Amino acid sequence: MPSTLATALLIARKDLAIEFRTRTAFFSAIVFALLGIVIFFFAWDSTAVAAIDLAPGVLWVIFTFSGLLGLQRSFGVETADRAMDALLVAPIPREAIYLGKALANFAFVAGIQLVTIPAVAIFYNLPMGDAIPVLAAIATLAAIGLVAVGTLFSAMAVNTRLAELLLPMLSLPFFVPIVMGASGSTARLMAGRPIAEALPWLRILGAYDVVFIVACALLFPFTLDE
Amino acid sequence: MTENDELQIPRDARDDMAAQGDNKPILDTMFWIAAVAVAGAYVRAIMFTPTEARQGLAQKIYYIHLPAALNAYLAFTIVALCSVVYLWLRDPRADRLAESAAEVGVVFTTVVLTTGPIWGKPIWNTWWTWDARLTLTLFLWFIYASYLVLRGAVDDPGMRARYSAVLGILGALLIPFIHLSVYLFRTLHPMPIVLKPERPSLPNEMLTTLTLSFIAFVILCIALIRVRYRLSVAREQLAELEAR
Repeated sequence: MPSTLATALLIARKDLAIEFRTRTAFFSAIVFALLGIVIFFFAWDSTAVAAIDLAPGVLWVIFTFSGLLGLQRSFGVETADRAMDALLVAPIPREAIYLGKALANFAFVAGIQLVTIPAVAIFYNLPMGDAIPVLAAIATLAAIGLVAVGTLFSAMAVNTRLAELLLPMLSLPFFVPIVMGASGSTARLMAGRPIAEALPWLRILGAYDVVFIVACALLFPFTLDE
Repeated sequence: MTENDELQIPRDARDDMAAQGDNKPILDTMFWIAAVAVAGAYVRAIMFTPTEARQGLAQKIYYIHLPAALNAYLAFTIVALCSVVYLWLRDPRADRLAESAAEVGVVFTTVVLTTGPIWGKPIWNTWWTWDARLTLTLFLWFIYASYLVLRGAVDDPGMRARYSAVLGILGALLIPFIHLSVYLFRTLHPMPIVLKPERPSLPNEMLTTLTLSFIAFVILCIALIRVRYRLSVAREQLAELEAR
């Protein structure tokens, strides 16, 4: 029997192959994110609020909302032809299903970040320069946290009557520390403050990731049919 | 009861219910004791407790606000514990207790979020501020409101119990993170004057009133959870009867 990690990679590859061939969710998420960035800009008086003050918040709020589109689909694709049942009868550990789905979602969300972060930088005229390595670290931490919780809730929401409504409702309170941590540290970074000032936020993000990866991986088997 | 009403429940089913002793009124003695205790504590707070020198009458709301907040925490602790117990032992009673406690907790949180601004307007000159504790309480309300929505959105009882237990545990894990994040913003809320390491700095008479009010609220909290628990049992029986 293949190891948990190998199985997880296989499941992630399957999900990404489906996404690559249909390209529905990714492109709609990208367009949604770009639209959001533009709309946010016009929602404030740009002569009163400097774009640089607005950008970190816009970046992470948009990232969270467009990430939800991918999460929605994560277990949504398994409802077609009851594909989930096939996954469940397969002789694989259930943690591998969670891990595989989470890996695929991470690739999805990272793909969105690769487009939205440069887009925000261009549209909001951000001084990127030296900030890129730290920003990449913030983005990775935020993506891991979002995916850890979101994957579990996606598995639950898909079996409820209010699937499309319930996923954001369940997830958004859990994304609050992520949005606050990511935009708090990005704001310090963009203002040219020393990294030490962003450190408390980064610590919270890191601790959040560890706690919720462990908790969600342990709790995931309980969300499956027995 | 007219002849028509009687026809709605089959006789054998009514006998079943009577045999199980579940035809007691939903609002039991403990609930009425709690109601009288809360009313009594508040009469004492208004009539027989000195008025605070600087805040005046507005401070009286404290005797509802703090007990309600502490009991909301108590209820949410019960939710978390029952969630763990349910996933471990699969006892449907744990699930039902978690559901009841969550609902009562949301009600108490709503009381906290309503009484807070009423006090805040004259004292802070604002209804709302994004202070650490206010924000945390607001998010507690969001987490457990969505817990209740989740319960309503799943039909299968076993699945509902498992899903809500998972959310109950994750919600408890989320609270410290929200607390930490909102604490990095500056805080405006009055610092603890009763639950702090040193001696409470509240005058004795006020402390007695607060303690009495707190005890009354604990009784009310337990009574409401019991009422809600019986309601949940009754609903389940009704569903079984309708399925026959």
